[in-house]
Amino acid sequence: MRKEFLFILKNFVRMAILMFLVSIVAFFLVSVSPIDPLKVNVGQTALGSMSQEQIEKLSQYWGTSISPVRRYLSWAGDFIRGDMGVSLLYRQPVSRVIGVKLSNSLLMLGISWLISGIVGFSLGILAGANRGKRLDKGISAYALITASTPAFWLALVFLMLFGVWLKILPIGLSVPIGTEAAEVTIRDRILHGILPVLTLSITGISSMILHTREKMLEVMESDYVLFAKARGETGTQIVLGHGIRNILLPALTLQFASISEIIGGSVLVEQVFSYPGIGQAAVTAGLGGDVPLLLGIAVISAAIVFTGNFTANILYGIVDPRIRKARNNI
Amino acid sequence: MLEERKKILSIKNLSVSFSQYEGAFRWKNLLAIKDLSLDVKEGEMVAVVGSSGSGKSLLAHSVLGILPYNATRNGEISFYGETLTEKRMRELRGKEIVLVPQSVSYLDPLMKTGLQIRKGKKDESSRQKSLEVLKCYGLERDTENLYPFELSGGMIRRILISTAVMEQPRLVIADEPTPGLHIDIARRVLSHFREIADEGAGVLLIIHDLELAVEVADRIVVLYAGTNLEEARASDFLEENRLRHPYTRALYRAMPDNGFSAEPGTQPYAENRPDGCTYAPRCEYVQEKCLKEVEYRNFQGGMVRCIMAGGEIR
Repeated sequence: MRKEFLFILKNFVRMAILMFLVSIVAFFLVSVSPIDPLKVNVGQTALGSMSQEQIEKLSQYWGTSISPVRRYLSWAGDFIRGDMGVSLLYRQPVSRVIGVKLSNSLLMLGISWLISGIVGFSLGILAGANRGKRLDKGISAYALITASTPAFWLALVFLMLFGVWLKILPIGLSVPIGTEAAEVTIRDRILHGILPVLTLSITGISSMILHTREKMLEVMESDYVLFAKARGETGTQIVLGHGIRNILLPALTLQFASISEIIGGSVLVEQVFSYPGIGQAAVTAGLGGDVPLLLGIAVISAAIVFTGNFTANILYGIVDPRIRKARNNI
Repeated sequence: MLEERKKILSIKNLSVSFSQYEGAFRWKNLLAIKDLSLDVKEGEMVAVVGSSGSGKSLLAHSVLGILPYNATRNGEISFYGETLTEKRMRELRGKEIVLVPQSVSYLDPLMKTGLQIRKGKKDESSRQKSLEVLKCYGLERDTENLYPFELSGGMIRRILISTAVMEQPRLVIADEPTPGLHIDIARRVLSHFREIADEGAGVLLIIHDLELAVEVADRIVVLYAGTNLEEARASDFLEENRLRHPYTRALYRAMPDNGFSAEPGTQPYAENRPDGCTYAPRCEYVQEKCLKEVEYRNFQGGMVRCIMAGGEIR
């Protein structure tokens, strides 16, 4: 019992350190960025027609007149007390902004993550088990092509194809334009989610395919598969009995590590589809100099990615008897 | 005497070649096994000895039809007089012809051993059978719940043998079952194969330890650079002059009890195997005629591939 407690405590400390470092780096990058929040948000002309006093007030609001170190310390002090500050652009508490944006994104990201994981894993196994055959060549070619396709470009192509030419899917946003929030149906939400999910899944699938295929080839060339063959096991029996058992572990690790890629990819994809999610909020905050929001998003994303990797770590112990038994014996 | 025992396995003029790239564009054919013949009868244990690289494991894999995809097999292999085609091999392997592989790497690292012994079958009768087999080889019931990484070297060999006797095999091919084992444990492992042979199945024992082979087998086939140089009765190894080939005699002299003397030179790799007798470059009796193909012939109750046997070699 004490061992488990220590294990969790250790990882909790790690996560805290990671969040601290991420916030410092993010803050440093924002403070050296050439973007002047006043010029961006108020506008050059408006700024020119304002009195010195007004500008002073604005500068106070955006914090441009305070030294970076003091700004960071005051943010960090509040953050530790659980206050993430107020978003300067949305004029709402950062926690609420992140909550709303994240709930918009989470379903979309989650579904793309599951699709790319499951489809990629299955196709990778198929390719690896049929090495050199047409099926393998087809799947590998697909994986290589999509792996070298930028997500934002693919998003644009889908947008043109389904939104503009075929007009069967909406061109952006997460709900229909000009509809009251109460009238938005689940069907609307799904329709608006299809293209972002498709884009994120397709790019996510490729790395899963390539990794799974590689591991599968390794397994197929192993001595134990040769022995299974010598014992009269058929190809299907070998793939189901030994293949999946032995590649599930690396695949799980990859899948949880890919959470970071999905979150990173969402920034571009949400931008293209004007999808009001966490990725788009990050872009808005970055370009608009909304430091509290940006730091909030950076820290929360870091926590999500960390949790993903941490989960993979725990699953490892559950799936792999070698690690499970080693842990129990320590 | 006994009536003539039935031939289980008969291999005639087997050759195995690999095609591989040489440089970027040229294909090369590498002859790994060349003109190899042997047979195994019911209740008999035939040991195939030779140093590493002589083609022992390939021989086992050819009989089971599990050669790598770039390998080509020629020559004839038959099982109870019936030619073993790829299709027939697929039907027989794991049932009538079983392999006992050489190391723990042939077990799935993430599968409990009990389940592996019964090929992943979960029904109660298979489980009972596998528990019986474990008991038979002096392994605890609990062994079935262990993973391969939890087993000792000796336990692994016994688990690997257990996989063979789950069925009623007619031919057991044991691929190097002893390396890395203490001599007592190695003897015990080999005695299990002897039991299998005594119960009527044929055992093809692939081994590089000549001493152990002589102790346990009925006949010894000596492999060198992918071909067989001699086939002798195990009892022939009691005296040097009962042996037929200079290489076998050199092996005899290299045994710890017989002088422990190593012959100079090394076995050639398949790509620079000499024409004619493969042992010619190292042979003290070598003559002009040895550089042409040498026939594998009957000689004094065994077989030999040497033109000098019975002549200058006595």
